[in-house]
Amino acid sequence: MIELLRHTMEANGLLTAFVVVGVMMWVSNWISKTLTGGRLHGSAIAVFGGLILAYVGGVTTGGKNGITDIPFFAGIGLMGGAMFRDFAIVATAFGASFEDLKRSGVSVMIALALGITVSFVSGAGAAYAFGYHDAVTLCTIGAGAATYIVGPVTGTALGASSEAIALSIAAGLVKAIVVMIATPHLAKKLQLNNPHTAMVYGGMMGTHSGIAAGLQATDPKLMPYGLMAAAFYTGLGCLVCPSIFYFILLRLLP
Amino acid sequence: MMIYGTALLAICTLIGISIGEELGSFLGVKANVGGVGFAMLLLILTTSWLIKRGRFRPLSAEGIQFWSGIYIPIVVAMSAKQNVVVAMKGGPAAIVAGVLGVGISFAMIPYVNRIGAPKDALPAMLEEVPTENMR
Repeated sequence: MIELLRHTMEANGLLTAFVVVGVMMWVSNWISKTLTGGRLHGSAIAVFGGLILAYVGGVTTGGKNGITDIPFFAGIGLMGGAMFRDFAIVATAFGASFEDLKRSGVSVMIALALGITVSFVSGAGAAYAFGYHDAVTLCTIGAGAATYIVGPVTGTALGASSEAIALSIAAGLVKAIVVMIATPHLAKKLQLNNPHTAMVYGGMMGTHSGIAAGLQATDPKLMPYGLMAAAFYTGLGCLVCPSIFYFILLRLLP
Repeated sequence: MMIYGTALLAICTLIGISIGEELGSFLGVKANVGGVGFAMLLLILTTSWLIKRGRFRPLSAEGIQFWSGIYIPIVVAMSAKQNVVVAMKGGPAAIVAGVLGVGISFAMIPYVNRIGAPKDALPAMLEEVPTENMR
């Protein structure tokens, strides 16, 4: 019976992936609620869990494709592949409107441009300092320092190595966690108590899960404003990182 | 019908990625230049155009919202297939890259916030507060 189920699950890899990732999300949400009091968003724990799974897969099989080198988990490769990923990420733009962006004033647009640039430059700078010197890897990690979505999208677009993409996810994950934890503590200092500031904050930070958790802990009423700015941040990031920023890096590097 | 939304999303994604490919070969780089970003732009423009004309039903929207709702699980799956073992040696770089940007960004918020107040009051968006813990 168990053998039969195992065979069925291997033969229907994508469905198995839905089950595995679904269970991971459930466990992560449980950890988030019970162990961190909701302070650490379930999404961040789940992405971290994904990286751990990849590590375990790499150590056990000696392969390059994380957990998907184990046949039972092969479907995760399809679920987390570029096609579904791009599809789902494009979908997150739905609901954002340029009219709302225009109405929110010039400071939000400045926040968006500045937020992406600052994160990209500090991410690529850190990667350079740690010995990564090729434009594709630097651009991928820099984009990852923007968010863990912009990073892999940029990495795939530029044909980066899986190692670089993993690092970009990790950088984005660190950012999201810092934003989650720091926001409620800094809210008073930043006067993060009105929609306008929430949008500026969302535009500067851009990390969807970090902003969602940070504003949830600060004032849930501000969440939609921060998240709308985050949607634009993701779009703008996916637009400029594998293009303008990449070309600038190509120019700067010998 | 729900499939209308999903189909629209797929068209926007396909066109966006094609633009990125074309731009890449035009600029002489082996890369998809901004494809996903173009796709997002297209989706925002087409859906808001349709919504304004009352041609976009809530059911069609559901065909898009499902995919936007499972983007985190997809990112989790994507993380699980990376070469993390080799990436471990770059761990400190990733941590510094993440922390540095956030620190500077937080410090800049008060200054950016002061640049220009909105022309009109922002619309109420209360009803859109997600009740779920996670998208």
